[in-house]
Amino acid sequence: MPNVMIRRKESGELLFYVAKKDMEETIATVERDSESEWGGEVELTDGSRWYIDPISPPPSFPTTLRFKKA
Amino acid sequence: MSAMTREETEALIQEVLEVYPEKAKKDRAKHLAVNDQEIEQSKKCITSNRKSLPGVMTIRGCAYAGSKGVVWGPIKDMIHISHGPVGCGQYSRAGRRNYYVGVTGVNTFGTMNFTSDFQEKDIVFGGDKKLDKLITEIEQLFPMSKGVSIQSECPIGLIGDDIEAVAKKKAKELEKPVVPVRCEGFRGVSQSLGHHIANDAIRDWVIGNRDGDESFETTPYDVAVIGDYNIGGDAWASRTLLEEMGLRVVAQWSGDGTLSEMELTPKVKLNLIHCYRSMNYISRHMEEKYGIPWVEYNFFGPTKIAESLLKIASYFDDKIKEGAERVIERYKAEYEAVIAKYRPRLEGKRVMLYVGGLRPRHVIGAYEDLGMEVVGTGYEFAHNDDYDRTIKEMGNATLLYDDVTGYEFEEFVKKVKPDLIGSGIKEKYIFQKMGIPFRQMHSWDYSGPYHGYDGFAIFARDMDMTLNNPCWNKMTAPWLKASQEPEAVAAGA
Repeated sequence: MPNVMIRRKESGELLFYVAKKDMEETIATVERDSESEWGGEVELTDGSRWYIDPISPPPSFPTTLRFKKA
Repeated sequence: MSAMTREETEALIQEVLEVYPEKAKKDRAKHLAVNDQEIEQSKKCITSNRKSLPGVMTIRGCAYAGSKGVVWGPIKDMIHISHGPVGCGQYSRAGRRNYYVGVTGVNTFGTMNFTSDFQEKDIVFGGDKKLDKLITEIEQLFPMSKGVSIQSECPIGLIGDDIEAVAKKKAKELEKPVVPVRCEGFRGVSQSLGHHIANDAIRDWVIGNRDGDESFETTPYDVAVIGDYNIGGDAWASRTLLEEMGLRVVAQWSGDGTLSEMELTPKVKLNLIHCYRSMNYISRHMEEKYGIPWVEYNFFGPTKIAESLLKIASYFDDKIKEGAERVIERYKAEYEAVIAKYRPRLEGKRVMLYVGGLRPRHVIGAYEDLGMEVVGTGYEFAHNDDYDRTIKEMGNATLLYDDVTGYEFEEFVKKVKPDLIGSGIKEKYIFQKMGIPFRQMHSWDYSGPYHGYDGFAIFARDMDMTLNNPCWNKMTAPWLKASQEPEAVAAGA
């Protein structure tokens, strides 16, 4: 369950940054991304999948969240 | 020799790896790569930030070097105690040339060495009492110091001293920040973890100190220069450009920086990062906690400077955008003259680099402005995100080497035959004795600054001075030269 910092890239995409692993990846898809909630299964551009319980209302980025490996 | 093809470079890597035992060969192969600009993510071609192999010569430092030497050391009005045996602090004292203004020993302490000088009894009975006494003495001798940081050396972690407790107690007593930094040298694989630990210590003990204090008058043009260590005056050369374009530089991290500047950084509008590797952690923290965006920039060589100035300006209003263009215009004649003078002397020369945090990629632009080509580059302690950024800067089929060993570097140089090598003091004399011009790219070979337009002029002069030095054609002893034609009378001497 790593702490992940999510921030917005200049191009608008979300970045998924794990400080401990020194890993920074772009988020490809988010299962639930609407006005009312954000979260569920998240897929990164490198193919790895992570999970977070949907947060409602959606958090404002940048922020740190705890993800699980999906 | 013309540029190498991909196959040639790959063959070269294989050839160099040949001497290693099977296991070492497998490990080292992952750290050597041929650059391919098509690749988006460096982890597909190169492995970095791994433990060095026992038995090979590595050029890396330790976590203490990353924290005391790089991040904390240049903060001039704080006293940085090298807590532990005397050697770590003494042998690295003032070696990094972080220039600063101030009276050393009165209000600034950059080039001094403070140590708790551990003896056997401190290891056996613990050193907390000694540390306590030491901080009291510091306060008596140097009352103008603004704070103290405790930089742990290896034994502190091994014997389990509680420096945090001492720090808290003394901070209350002195009413000054006392920052314990757990940067014992054995942590991590290189100085890189030291940077991270130092950043975390700043986050926990410094950054929040002025939260809720609104007495500092801000302007919409406040920026902080982060990750510029003022080596040979670099940060000053950068700062003048930023101020000329209308920005107000509130803080310099950490070259010529002060504690109060660091505490005020959360009030700025934009963080400008030069050394991404050593200070990205704190910038990310400030982005999250205070909503301050950060932007990477590069002040080596006019092309990159112009690009960076415009990029920085794009975060502000038209006044700054005009300012950026005005600055570029103002220095145009100056840098064009530099290029006109040195480019003919340096055109087509090939360079190999092996440095630390940002220079293996940042200086490429400056060399290209002078018509030179970087044919190989590598980092001592980079992570994958650094290589992500490097791949785009480097030409196709050039060499990339991570944590290169002494043997590999020498072999690469013998085969690639560059005209100039840029690396550190430990490599300098090996390559000079091999007859290859060399510049130290850590300390600018006691020259500098190299940042900014002013620095570019010095950079070009230094490269010319080294490359076209008449000593390089005197590498063969006169009695071995035998049948060669008599030397032309030294032109213009």
